[in-house]
Parts: sequence; structure tokens; C-alpha cells
Amino acid sequence: MTLVRILRYVILRALSLFVTVVIGVYLAILIANMGGYVDEIRKAQIREQIGATMLADLKLRTLPPSEVRQVIDQQIELEEKRLGLDRPFLLRSFTYLRDALTLSLGRAERLTSDTGSRQVRDIIIERLPATLLLFGTADLIVFSVAIFAALFLSRRYGSLLDKVVVALAPTSAAPAWFYGIFLILIFASLLRVLPFGGMVDVPPPETAGAYALSVLEHLILPVAAILVGSLFISIYNWRTFFLIYSSEDYVEVAKAKGLPSGAIERRYILRPTLPPIITSFAFTLISLWSGAIILETVFSWPGLGRLLFQAVGQFDTPVIIGSVVIYAYLLALTVFLLDIIYALVDPRVKVGGEAGRSL
Amino acid sequence: MSALRDAFKEIARYPSAIMGLVIITALILLAIYTVITIPYSEGMRLWRGGEDIWIENPRNARPTWVDFFSKQGLPKTIILNTQPGTVNVGPPLPGGLRAVQMALAFDYPYDGFPSEINLFLKAKFDERRPYIALFWLTPDGQRIPLGERSVRAAERYSISLDRHLAQRLGRRPPEIGLFTAPNAPVENAVPLKGKYQLQLEGFFFEEGSTLDAKLVVYGQVYGLAGTDHRRRDLMVALLWGTPVALAFGFLAAVGSTLTTLLIAAIGVWFGRWVDAIIQRITEVNAILPVLPILIMIGIFYSRSLWVMLGAIILLSIFSLGIKTYRSILLQVKEAPYIEAARTYGTGNFRIIFRYMIPRIIPVLIPQFVTLIPSFVFLEAGLAVLGLGDPVLPTWGKVVNDAYANGALYKGYYYWVLAPSVLLMLTGAGFALVGFALDRVFNPRLRTL
Repeated sequence: MTLVRILRYVILRALSLFVTVVIGVYLAILIANMGGYVDEIRKAQIREQIGATMLADLKLRTLPPSEVRQVIDQQIELEEKRLGLDRPFLLRSFTYLRDALTLSLGRAERLTSDTGSRQVRDIIIERLPATLLLFGTADLIVFSVAIFAALFLSRRYGSLLDKVVVALAPTSAAPAWFYGIFLILIFASLLRVLPFGGMVDVPPPETAGAYALSVLEHLILPVAAILVGSLFISIYNWRTFFLIYSSEDYVEVAKAKGLPSGAIERRYILRPTLPPIITSFAFTLISLWSGAIILETVFSWPGLGRLLFQAVGQFDTPVIIGSVVIYAYLLALTVFLLDIIYALVDPRVKVGGEAGRSL
Repeated sequence: MSALRDAFKEIARYPSAIMGLVIITALILLAIYTVITIPYSEGMRLWRGGEDIWIENPRNARPTWVDFFSKQGLPKTIILNTQPGTVNVGPPLPGGLRAVQMALAFDYPYDGFPSEINLFLKAKFDERRPYIALFWLTPDGQRIPLGERSVRAAERYSISLDRHLAQRLGRRPPEIGLFTAPNAPVENAVPLKGKYQLQLEGFFFEEGSTLDAKLVVYGQVYGLAGTDHRRRDLMVALLWGTPVALAFGFLAAVGSTLTTLLIAAIGVWFGRWVDAIIQRITEVNAILPVLPILIMIGIFYSRSLWVMLGAIILLSIFSLGIKTYRSILLQVKEAPYIEAARTYGTGNFRIIFRYMIPRIIPVLIPQFVTLIPSFVFLEAGLAVLGLGDPVLPTWGKVVNDAYANGALYKGYYYWVLAPSVLLMLTGAGFALVGFALDRVFNPRLRTL
């Protein structure tokens, strides 16, 4: 009976999440094409391009103007057909949707990967390591340091260190890219000890060791910028969170029983706060996917955020949609997994609770 | 009213909040001052203006106060006009010819070289242009000829760009060559201090001819904020950026929180399918990438600040905040006073607007205050990406200009620092108040 209930819940949840993804991706397709407006831009570009190549063609110069016109029109028609622009946008938007959902991301319009491939998949995969490296390093530091520092501070509530962290929490009002500009100003421009931006020296060092060192050197400033922008607020939030939970009655009871503080922390504070910690960790992980457009621009970091910015700037809709659809899937998958994990770690959550009431 | 006063008293207990309030008040006063002293049209005229307005300003000049730190007398701009007393027109010579002589003299007490030298000439004549020769007199007694010319109705002689002159000065840029002893090395050169003079000598060929000369020796410092690559006084942008940033942040925060709150309240009150639909839309909305969409709007459609504002509000109506409000409102819905209201037949929307929303506004206020700077920074971020409003001067646009013109590489730190400090003050002011409000209004935090 329980199994059926759980299964039904899981299937329903998966279905509803899938519908969400479909609608979200379709909206993204509509927006990325500006409701078909991008097609007009693309058609104008084709017309201009073909007109220019035809004018440069010496053979055509001997033909009378009306025939030249005809040839140009033919070429334009062919090119529009090749790109599928002859069909109405509404119809094509559903083809786009099908392709996006089946993850056949197709070819980019303009962007290419450094190896020259036009496959959206190749372009994205090429940029992924840069983003994973930068945001993986920074976010994991923020997450783990924040949790441990918060636990530490919640025990020493009111101490000098605690007050310092509370005082520093408003630094989060400014985003990481903003601190990035300051850090570049100080360490690159004024002191000239660290590079202005980029991921590796130009030209890249030959040996693997020197390469890694160079990347590490370029990594310092952007990671520092992210840490300044979000570490203190994270510690502050978790500290407050732990404080609220450690003032619960059952913690007081545990203290009165004389349990060691380690055991209290593990059993009575961390256990009930585990779901939010897991949620936060999961969302940290998937936020890696989108990178950060402005931070990557400020540091000229060759990651996914910058890719997205370039794609938008060049009307390269397949790349935009590719990036959105993967994010949508990751988000839906995370939410789905979180639902199940909650049921495992939190005894208060009963899967399919509403059905359970009737039992 | 007394509740408000109590709240204020509690906030006053936090010194950080007082500091934040002082900052916010100062910014608001600055914004009001700006709007009054530089009216909108005047501000836009100055900011959009080209050389016609700003020609007498040096390019990329640092603020005057850097002098205070460098302990070096950096040159300020010197502007000299021909005065009636200094123009010496001789008696008529045969053929309607008259000799003319004028001198523009100035004292140069600075340790640095000028950044640029321009001479603007204006002549009045019917057919035959006046003809003049120019000479540059230095404190050590040199008399350097700057060439001869027949003057058009209005013309500019960019002395510092004269390559022939540079050649004659020993291949040194004129703004250095004209201010040093001959053949002094370019490296570590220091200008000669003392009286300089530009002499104009020549002839008028017509009876009523006149000649006006204006010499501008551009300095390296200007005003309190310095100038940018287009000679514009950065103070205009820094001042006007204040009301723009505050208005944008405030409107975006109001627009997004109130709509979100209203939607959450409607969902909670009507429940069932209304609530379900709102929940699903929220989830769909979470998939849509906000910043890329704003960038797309900026590139395809319009970069106007107000279009961006509208887009931000639209995208945030169904933001994840709904889930938070929903959980609070679900408790409010069960409150006895709501039940009482329902029993005496209050309308749905009256309950939503008059009973439910006001109840959770206090919870919202801290969040609202901390949201304001986040929108200010969002606008600045868009500007840094090159998608700032094309007309309005904003802090982000100044940072973007500075970045695009390599200010960090060239060492024009003032250009980045001034707008950044203002942005940071805005962020800090609202954040400090927001954190204190959070502790005052959030009952669970109050005891901590």
C-alpha cells in the first residue's frame, strides 16, 4: 500500500515537473527568438550577405540587372529554406521545442568552439570546465566554510568574532563582480602582482605544471571576489538559522540532561536543519551551470556566462536555448531528488501526505 | 503611529542602523539637490553634449583633490582671452594695411606639464583674412616661432598636435617642448616655472577686421570629480546618477514585492486551482534566466532604463518569494480575525487587501529595504555589460565608460573609484538598515 502511494506520488511529481520544464523551455524559446522577431533580423542579414557576395561575383556582372535580381532572389530563398526560415515561426517553435527537450541541441548560428566545431554541444562542453573550476572552487569554499563557521559562531554567540561577522554581513549588498573591479584595481592595476583577467597566460605555458600554476594565479581574484560578496552573508544566515534551532526546547532538555556539546550539535541541531542544508547545497551545485555573466565579463573568464552573453549579442538562439534547456532539466531533476531525499532524512515529511490522511 | 515610533526607537538601538539611515538620508538629499540645481533637461544636455560644451575641459583629468595626496602641483587648466588692452592695432599703412600685435601672458607655477594646448582664433573680415605669426615666449627667454597663418572666421590650432612643431622642438611633444629648456631630456623633465607668453603679430587687410584669440592650456586636474575621455565633467554623471539609482531601486523593489505579495495572497485566499496555477507558474518562472532575458531585451529591443524596470518587475511577479509569503499567509488565513471577517460577509478582495496583506507587511519591510540596492547593482551590472540606458547618466555607465577606455590599465583610478564608492555607499546604507530592521521585525531573531 505504502509502496503504491510512494510510486504514485513519484510519478505524479515527475510528470508535473516535466510539464513545468516543457512550458519553461517553450517560453525561453519564444523569448530567445523575441516571438519571431529574431527571424526578421536573420532574414535581413541573409539578404545583405547574399547581395554583397553576388555584387562581388564577376560572372554576374555580364548579366542584365533583372536576371541578377532573379539569381539573388533564388539564392536568398535557398538559404532561407536551408535555415528553415520559410516555415512560419509558430510551427518552427514547436520543432525547436522537440529538439530542445530531446537534447539534440543542433548547430550554432554564428559561434564556434575554439576547435572550430559548430555543434552547440561542443561549444558548451568547451566552456563548462572554466565555469566549473571557478564557481566550483568558490561556491564549495563558501558553502563548507559558512556551515562550519556558522556552527562555531552559534556556540560562541555574542563573542567578538561573532560581532565581526555580523558587522561584515552587509557586504553582501554589493555583488561579486563589483568587488572584482576593486580587486582588479588593487592587485592588478596598482600592485601589479596578479593578472587583470583571463584564465591562463597568453601564450599558455607549455608544461602542465606551469599551466596549472598560471590558471591558479588567474583564479585568485575572481574567487576572492565571490568570497567577499557572499561568504559573510552565508555565515550570518546559517549562524542565525542554527541559533534559532539551538534555542528549541528539546535542545535545552538535551543540555539539561548533560549531553556533550558535540552530540547535541549532531543529534539535535544538525539533524533537523539537514533538509535546508541539503537544499542549499543542491541549489549551489546547479547554480554552477549558469555561471555568472557579469563576473565572467569583468574578469574575461571564458565560462558559460560569457558564452551566453556572446550568444545573445550575436542572436545565436540555439546556444541560448541549449543553455536554458540544460539548466531547466538540472533544476527539475534537483527539485525531484530533493523531494525524495527530504522524505528520507526528515521524518516529518510523509510522501503523498494528503493520501496518507485518508488512511 | 505609535507602533511606528516604537519600531523606530528599536532601530535606534543599533548604531549600524543609524549609520545606514545617515547614509540613505545623505543620498536622498544629494538626489534632491541634484534635481534642483541641475534640472533634468540641463543635466541631459550636459551629459549628451560634445565638444561644443566641453571643449575647454581637459581630457581624462584627475580630480583636483589628488593634488593634495601627490604633494605635486598638478596643472590646472589656464584659459586666456584677448583683452581690449592687450590688442595693439597700429596706424593704417598704405593699401588699407594695419599691423596688429597682441599677447596672451600667463604664469605657470605647476610641477607637471599641461595635457594639451589649443589656440582658438576668431576673425572678422569681408574678403581678405588677417595674417598672423605666432611666437611662444618662455621664462628662460626663448622665443619659439609657432608658424604663420591666415585666420579663417573661426578656427582651432591644436598646438600640442602640431607634428612639425614637435619636430622642431627636438622630437618632443609640444606640450613638453614648449615648457622646458631646449634639448632637455623627455624623461623626468620638469616644466620651467614662470611667465609664459603667446605673441600674435600680423596684419589686417581690411578696415573693420578684428581678431580674437583664446589660448587654453589644459591642466591635468579638473573639478571635484575629474573628466572623462570626452572631456565631460564626471560630476554631472555622479550627481545625476543618484536620483536615477534611488528611483530605479525603489520602484523596482516596490513593483516586485507588492505584485508578488498580491499574487501570493490571492493564491492563498482562493486556494485550490488558483493556488495550484500560481504555484506552477512560479516553478516555470524559476526556469527562465532573468539576466539573459534582460540582456536580450537590451540588445533586441530597448536599453531604456524604464523598459528594463518594467521587464524586471514582470519577471519578478512570480518569483520564488511567493513560496515564502505563501507559508506566512497560510498561517494568517487561519487567524480568528479573518474568520470573523468572513462570518460577517466581507468580500474576498477586501479581506485580501485590508486584512491579509497589511498583516504581513512588517515581515516584508526588511526584505524590501535590502532589495533596493540589489536592483541598483543590477542596473549597474547591465551598464557594465554595455547595456546601460543610452540617455541617462548612471553610475554603472561611468564604470562602463571607464572600463571600455582602459581606465584601470592607464591608471585613471578616479574614474572607477568615484561611481563605485557611491554604489557601495548605497549598498551599505540600505543593507545596514535592512539588517537592523530584520532583527526588529523578525520576532524569532529579536532575542538573538
